[in-house]
Amino acid sequence: MDILLHPESGGQKIVAMLFAILLFVVVVAVVLFITNLPKRMPSWGVALLFLLPSVALICFGLIYPSVVTFKNSFYGRDGTQGVGWANYIQIFTNPDFLRVLLNTVLWTILVPLVSTLVGLVYAVLVDRTRYEKFAKMLIFLPMAISMVGASIIWKFVYDQRVGLLSAVYVWAAKLFGHTVTAPQWLMNAPLNTFLLIFVMIWIEAGYAMTVLSTAIKGIPEDLVEASRLDGLNGWQQFIYLTIPMIRPSIVVVITTVAMAGLKSFDIVRTMTAGNYDTSVIANEFYTQSFQNQNTGLGAALAVLMFIIVIPVVVFNIFQLRKSQDVR
Amino acid sequence: MSEKKKKLTRREKALIRTKNKLSSPWATGISIIIAALWTIPTVGLLVTSFRQNRMAISTSGWWTSLLPKNWSDFGLANYKTVLGSGYNLGSYLINSFVITIPGVLIPITLALLAAYAFAWCDFPGKNILFVIVFALQVVPVQVTMIPLLTQYVKWGINNTFWVLWLCHTIFGLPLAIFMLHNFMCDIPRELVEAAKVDGAGDVQVFLKIVLPLMVPAVASFAIFQFLWVWNDLLVALAFAGNTPATAPLTARLSDMVGSRGSAWYLLAPGAFIAMIVPVLVFLFLQRYFVRGMLAGAVKG
Repeated sequence: MDILLHPESGGQKIVAMLFAILLFVVVVAVVLFITNLPKRMPSWGVALLFLLPSVALICFGLIYPSVVTFKNSFYGRDGTQGVGWANYIQIFTNPDFLRVLLNTVLWTILVPLVSTLVGLVYAVLVDRTRYEKFAKMLIFLPMAISMVGASIIWKFVYDQRVGLLSAVYVWAAKLFGHTVTAPQWLMNAPLNTFLLIFVMIWIEAGYAMTVLSTAIKGIPEDLVEASRLDGLNGWQQFIYLTIPMIRPSIVVVITTVAMAGLKSFDIVRTMTAGNYDTSVIANEFYTQSFQNQNTGLGAALAVLMFIIVIPVVVFNIFQLRKSQDVR
Repeated sequence: MSEKKKKLTRREKALIRTKNKLSSPWATGISIIIAALWTIPTVGLLVTSFRQNRMAISTSGWWTSLLPKNWSDFGLANYKTVLGSGYNLGSYLINSFVITIPGVLIPITLALLAAYAFAWCDFPGKNILFVIVFALQVVPVQVTMIPLLTQYVKWGINNTFWVLWLCHTIFGLPLAIFMLHNFMCDIPRELVEAAKVDGAGDVQVFLKIVLPLMVPAVASFAIFQFLWVWNDLLVALAFAGNTPATAPLTARLSDMVGSRGSAWYLLAPGAFIAMIVPVLVFLFLQRYFVRGMLAGAVKG
């Protein structure tokens, strides 16, 4: 029993994992067996059995906790004393929290705009060139690595002494006849927030590029041909043909990346832990809930995230439906 | 004559196209700058991970080590250090595998069952239930964390692999059901109905007809779920406890950045040990990855 709950060696961990998988296989086999037992199982019976595990887990892990968190956001530190709107009032009046909100807004706006722009420009530039596949892979690869990995890569670039950014900065200053030492980039507000945001852009541009590149390739060949015959040059073609044709995809990419920007946590946590005025809502939620043990405030921050996400998602769904209608 | 002309124009078209793209020095310049910005930082850290002189790493830029006279400094010493008993990244690597494999298998299997019910069964309230599952994708995991933690502590299973498997399953389910349902609806109705006329029950239809056809869809989604679970930090920090017993590589690395901020001889090899698995998966299964991405497999 202890091996399964608290395995110590690598071998024990693998045994625990195999046991868990086996247990799961048995559960699924039982579900399938029961479903197959009666000669004529009604359709709703099959649905009931097939949906039961998923719905039970969703109720336990998503719906019930959301309701509790919503309630907690109106309670104090330990969740026993009702405090009304105090947690929310604190978030919207305390200057530190206003800074957090401002940073979150910056992340939510800049990450989608810039990464979509970079992805779009790059997709158009490498489209149908000889090295298209390789060129795309270079931009795409950051999507596969973790945000923690990306944070380490860029923290090294931002290193005051041996980072590439510092070297370029010193070298550029020398070019203009100044001798300078590089600043502590990540302690320098508000610049540091933009440096962190750039890491997220670096990750998300690959997603934007892939989706937009597929959309560009979907533009009918005769339209491209016709625009060329009409004498449009490359730039005009981009503005008057490409952009309008792939508009629905652009909107989907922007809204999807905006949500990722809003929820970004890993980069801030790893690079600055939210210090030096770089915190965002998701990071502040973690700090309040898990480090300051302030359940009420943490819950209010989580609910706030939830509320901000809703309009973006609704907009996204409508755009998705619109783009499908067009097709 | 017309045949010849047509051939010519097609080749011309291709030529013009390539020319259009490449002849503008601006276009070439911009794409090279973007490509450089997207690769050089990674190369820099990779080079650093092989530099054995710790003093040199923290006093000179990584590019200086590329000079041929400095090549003798390259070696695997840093990798040996982080995998050795002091930092023990090896056991965190095992944790990452132990967390990820069930964290991918379980939600996908459960979602396949649920998606089958939504696609091929009739029952009252089906549409409403599906909309609810779809809408639950938007719930940020933060909203659920503290109540779940309270529950796990009460059951005495907090900081075990079991809660990590459970969490990744729960958080992956809504999107998995939604996506697999979309793919499942593409299976021709006649195929399923013909099998039922022949006397096959739902279980046979599910196992023998639907599952084999779903393999590409499952592969697409599995890659995404794999990358989320492997690369996850938030769930690991909240539920794994920061010990070599359960914490995955991401949590350990994030912690090391905090405590050993500029010890690049540790962070560089550590980061690449964490990256190698997802990058390999990604390179070999790129086709499925792109397909999943276009089908909307993106967690906000």
